[in-house]
Amino acid sequence: MNLQAIRAIYAHEMVRFFRTLMQSFLSPVLSTSLYFVVFGAAIGSRIDQIENVSYGAFIVPGLIMLSVMTQSVSNASFGIYFPKFIGTVYELLSAPVSFLEIVIGYVGAAATKSLFIGIVILVTAHFFVDLDIQHPVAMLAFLVLTCLSFSLFGFIIGIWAGNFEQLQIIPLLIITPLVFLGGSFYSISMLPPIWQTITLFNPVVYLISGFRWSFFGTADVPIFASLLAISAFTALCLAIIWWIFRTGYKIRS
Amino acid sequence: MTAIVQITDVAKRYETGFEALKGVDLDIREGEILALLGPNGAGKTTLISTICGISHPTSGTITVAGHDVVKNYRKARALIGLVPQEIALEPFETVWNSVSFTRGLFGKPRDDAYLETILRQLSLWDKKDAQTKELSGGMKRRVLIAKALSHGPRILFLDEPTAGVDVELRKDMWEIVGRLKEDGVTIILTTHYIEEAEAIADRVGVINQGQILLVEDKAALMAQMGRKQLRIALQAPLVQVPESLGAYALEIAPEGDALVYHYDSASDRTGITKLLNDLQAAGLMMTDLKTQESTLEDIFVDLVKETS
Repeated sequence: MNLQAIRAIYAHEMVRFFRTLMQSFLSPVLSTSLYFVVFGAAIGSRIDQIENVSYGAFIVPGLIMLSVMTQSVSNASFGIYFPKFIGTVYELLSAPVSFLEIVIGYVGAAATKSLFIGIVILVTAHFFVDLDIQHPVAMLAFLVLTCLSFSLFGFIIGIWAGNFEQLQIIPLLIITPLVFLGGSFYSISMLPPIWQTITLFNPVVYLISGFRWSFFGTADVPIFASLLAISAFTALCLAIIWWIFRTGYKIRS
Repeated sequence: MTAIVQITDVAKRYETGFEALKGVDLDIREGEILALLGPNGAGKTTLISTICGISHPTSGTITVAGHDVVKNYRKARALIGLVPQEIALEPFETVWNSVSFTRGLFGKPRDDAYLETILRQLSLWDKKDAQTKELSGGMKRRVLIAKALSHGPRILFLDEPTAGVDVELRKDMWEIVGRLKEDGVTIILTTHYIEEAEAIADRVGVINQGQILLVEDKAALMAQMGRKQLRIALQAPLVQVPESLGAYALEIAPEGDALVYHYDSASDRTGITKLLNDLQAAGLMMTDLKTQESTLEDIFVDLVKETS
């Protein structure tokens, strides 16, 4: 294992993050505050409580998930796409580095960044609503797993993407709708029965539901289903990455 | 001298069916400077990419200091530094971070003193905190070299290091290459510039259409190149060389209006004075004199023409 290389890639990626720290830090704080103003204060004042949780608090797990998922995908995909785009990928390919080490470096850095953003949102939320996290360990585990699995997913997109449009298209057309329709801002029990059934095909529902359970102890779907979903998604991403590694897909001719 | 890189029957076929390399055999000797000459699209960059791990050979084997570049890639690649043809640097990264990053990728622990030595040698030390986008093209190329040297490679590949580089920087580059050779680094460079190969290489290889056409010591090539010819234009055409000039092995030019004399420009006595005296004695009127030498370029052009 070339640990120096993993460290070099990780540090290199984190330097970019710190170079844009204000942006990395301010944008989640600002958008979270806006969500609280719009959803929490304006709409929340008309919606009393959902499952005995105030609406303002209810949307916190969904908000964190929304940012963590989109940030993980965009950070990780950009991280590996950028060297391909500007040509510096030659260095990774000609260095004594295995594909696994490259994945650990890039995905680890992307997951760290989104974990940081998730925690920033959580802290910001504390200024707006009272939060009492019932299962803090499970909360952290869900958060870390989501950061990791979506960063893996982002890495795959970054390898696959042939241009900037392709880089944006999956987060824009798939991730964002799935998260918004996945119960970030509502309980799926509030939907008409037919939509409740359709929603169950949205994998993000299971992730948000599990994460919300760790906060409030209530969930849309059983907690083991959430665990299964996040594990299955992680396993799927790992399998695709293993396949990329075997075939050199879009990396090495 | 032992071969540090052994390339055996290496072919590279792309999915499109294009054959970039067709059974290349090449031994690169430890400590030498090998210049690979070839026209655009000859396979120079593909050959380098295949040795360095950027692409895998379709068939054949490549070993670096005995390590197979595919099966034992860690050991093989650890010995190699690569300066690519295209300038590829992260624009917002500082020179120092960029060079440190490469060293880390190659699994080497941090060594600021060593990196400082390299940056100073390449006149980059005062630019170490500059972002690479602020540098001139020549400076960027130096950064690429610094990156390639950051882990102390034993073999350095320079893919057209002087393409589009001004004369001064080119001379600097040759100096840098010379110093590296003194340190025992094996250097392989590709180039379009024949004079570059003439100036710094120990051996010259010519590659075209995915095949190595020739690999020869530069000295041996220079011996071929040392031959010169003197063309003597005559006032009246000749059918036969006069007998009194038999000792010079003169040729009559196809049109009959000139004589061609071959001589070795490197020798002390070229025989030209005597020949001119004898020509006058034979009563031949001369209208013009012209000397020509065969250059590496001629050899190169002839070779490339033959194959295409």
